[in-house]
Amino acid sequence: MTSARDDILSNIRRSLGVTGAERTRQGIVDERIDRAPRGVIPKRGQVSGRERLDLFRAQVEGALATITEVASPDEVPAAVAEFLRGHNLPATIRRGDDPRFAAMPWAETALEVSQGVSEGRDLNAVSHAFGGVAETGTLVMVSGPENPSTLNFLPDNHIVVVEAKDLQGDYESAWAKVRRAYGKGEMPRTVNFITGPSRSGDIEQTLLLGAHGPRRLHVIVVGG
Amino acid sequence: MTAHPTSPQFKENAARALADTQLQRALGNVRSGFIDKRQAAADRLPEFEELRDQARDIKNHTLQHLDLYIERYEAKVKAAGGHVHFARTAEEARALVLQICRDQGARTVTKGKSMITEEIGLNAHLEGAGITPVETDLGEYIIQLRGEMPSHIIAPAVHLNATQVEEDFRRVHTHLDAERDLSEPVQLLTEARAVLRQRFLAADVGITGANFLVAETGTSIIVTNEGNGDLTQILPKTHIVLASIEKLVPTLEDVSQILRVLARSATGQELSVYTTFSTGPRREADLDGPENYHVILLDNGRSSMLGTSFEEMLRCIRCGACMNHCPVYHAVGGHAYGWVYPGPMGAVLTPTLIGVDKAGHLPNASTFCGRCESVCPVRIPLPKLMRHWREREFERHLTPATVRSGLKTWAFFAKRPGLYRLATRIGMGALALAGRAKGRFAWLPFADGWTKHRDFPVPQGGTFQARWAQERAKRAA
Ligand code: SF4
Repeated sequence: MTSARDDILSNIRRSLGVTGAERTRQGIVDERIDRAPRGVIPKRGQVSGRERLDLFRAQVEGALATITEVASPDEVPAAVAEFLRGHNLPATIRRGDDPRFAAMPWAETALEVSQGVSEGRDLNAVSHAFGGVAETGTLVMVSGPENPSTLNFLPDNHIVVVEAKDLQGDYESAWAKVRRAYGKGEMPRTVNFITGPSRSGDIEQTLLLGAHGPRRLHVIVVGG
Repeated sequence: MTAHPTSPQFKENAARALADTQLQRALGNVRSGFIDKRQAAADRLPEFEELRDQARDIKNHTLQHLDLYIERYEAKVKAAGGHVHFARTAEEARALVLQICRDQGARTVTKGKSMITEEIGLNAHLEGAGITPVETDLGEYIIQLRGEMPSHIIAPAVHLNATQVEEDFRRVHTHLDAERDLSEPVQLLTEARAVLRQRFLAADVGITGANFLVAETGTSIIVTNEGNGDLTQILPKTHIVLASIEKLVPTLEDVSQILRVLARSATGQELSVYTTFSTGPRREADLDGPENYHVILLDNGRSSMLGTSFEEMLRCIRCGACMNHCPVYHAVGGHAYGWVYPGPMGAVLTPTLIGVDKAGHLPNASTFCGRCESVCPVRIPLPKLMRHWREREFERHLTPATVRSGLKTWAFFAKRPGLYRLATRIGMGALALAGRAKGRFAWLPFADGWTKHRDFPVPQGGTFQARWAQERAKRAA
């Protein structure tokens, strides 16, 4: 008996009228994967500096998240504390072991900081983004001990820190950045694109925030 | 949960739907919710139409080279430490899922929203084997409690009103205070969130579908707004991705093109809240994520669609825009279509998956107004394909030998044992079914059969056509 795999592949080939061994087809496929051509890139994102940051801001807010800017990493803990205070939330956070966090003056705030993955009981988490995409106000998060993926989803309130220099205009540029960090054709276990807080429209098409993931998403941009 | 098709009874289903006041009220949400949002999102992006061409071309290119992209994808998944399995039929796919669950000693599995698991009737199969499947998408969770099929591919519970959901929650969540207030939708959401949070944390295996599979990197992608798909795949020890073969795309750049039209066409969002790219199991230093990562690639008749006029249907990215804009769907909802995939895309796809003899009436569920094709992000000529089925059905109707067509049905099912069992489970043999369907529902031209019913309940706010004309006039002004 032939395997399901062989059957499926040969049925595809029969339907397409090919054998799978054609050099030209192989070449076309290898070239496309190798070159990964960009298609149509919306003009909207093709801006830089302040304009890009402004677009990112507007899109983040359009996705019902909130956003603030600080001048340097040293100001991040205070900005986190302020956000929590502003929403009457307890001054506790959980974060990963990202070295960029380790260098920040958490002790200068009253924040109680714990480290590691979430087991579902944390109210607030702070993550550092790998990058962001101005086009749609999207955060680009990569998995790893620095920023465990569970922190993106389990806490009620998610605060994400992103450096202004890591903002890109479009998704394609974000992928270029991923490839620089991980190598062509390689990926971290998980890349999360996050655009706004969790929501559902499943009950009478009413928009409700905080379906399974965070009810609030707050973005802190560093060094704009 | 059931995957038994009632598509042959489309006309009865439709008549019942038209008389169902709860349903008619809920369907108002489709008419009012999706159309304007999609249009606004499209208008905000000047490149939208060009991106639709890109999406169409990328899918066409991939389908023309599907065998090779599958091979490249498989190699990358393996290199990342994942497993790839192949399933020719629904039955094989169910068996593979069950085997993986058993190997893990799984008692409960959480599920992200996946139309493929509906297509293969996975939940019933797992339950039959003593494993509890828990749907985690809010809409899917609600219909699971009700034992229903989804009535929309992206909004599975769109046929329900909040009061009906409240009744279900009171019936099922008996551990909670009977006096609690559930009068607001947000209270229903909060309750479901709390109940499901426990299920997420306790699950042994998480099963998701995939919106795309990337050949370049061996990555599976899910697109959600709730975050349930992510909790489904990062919390349990084992993640199973169940995807059909046409989900392949070549590169991350190609996915980015298609993502730009997917959410805008579906809900009018710039991008869905969570677009998640998963590649293999957790890495050495990782503190979370699944230890085992399995992908099951399902064919279930799709490879035979290649090279036929229905190949174009394989471009479908399951955005739901065609049903959101369909006057027939607006009038009768998704359940009337009788199987997993409703609306125009279902009218084309269902006959290819369950057999034209069992779904042959569906392509008649159309006014051929062309709205579906005009909004389809990958430009599938849905009316043309429906007409194609319709002509074929008509041809067959003209052949007097009902028995002969019944035999053909049997031959079709004989080659697809999983479907055969499904068909026989509805209480009659496939032969009898086809024969009976022929006798009972003589082919009726659209104008006299179904329009007769179509006009009787006047939907709130006038008919679709009237609303549409109004909207167009407004926009032109
Ligand atoms: S047929 Fe087109 S419009 Fe309908 S769900 Fe598929 S992609 Fe969307």
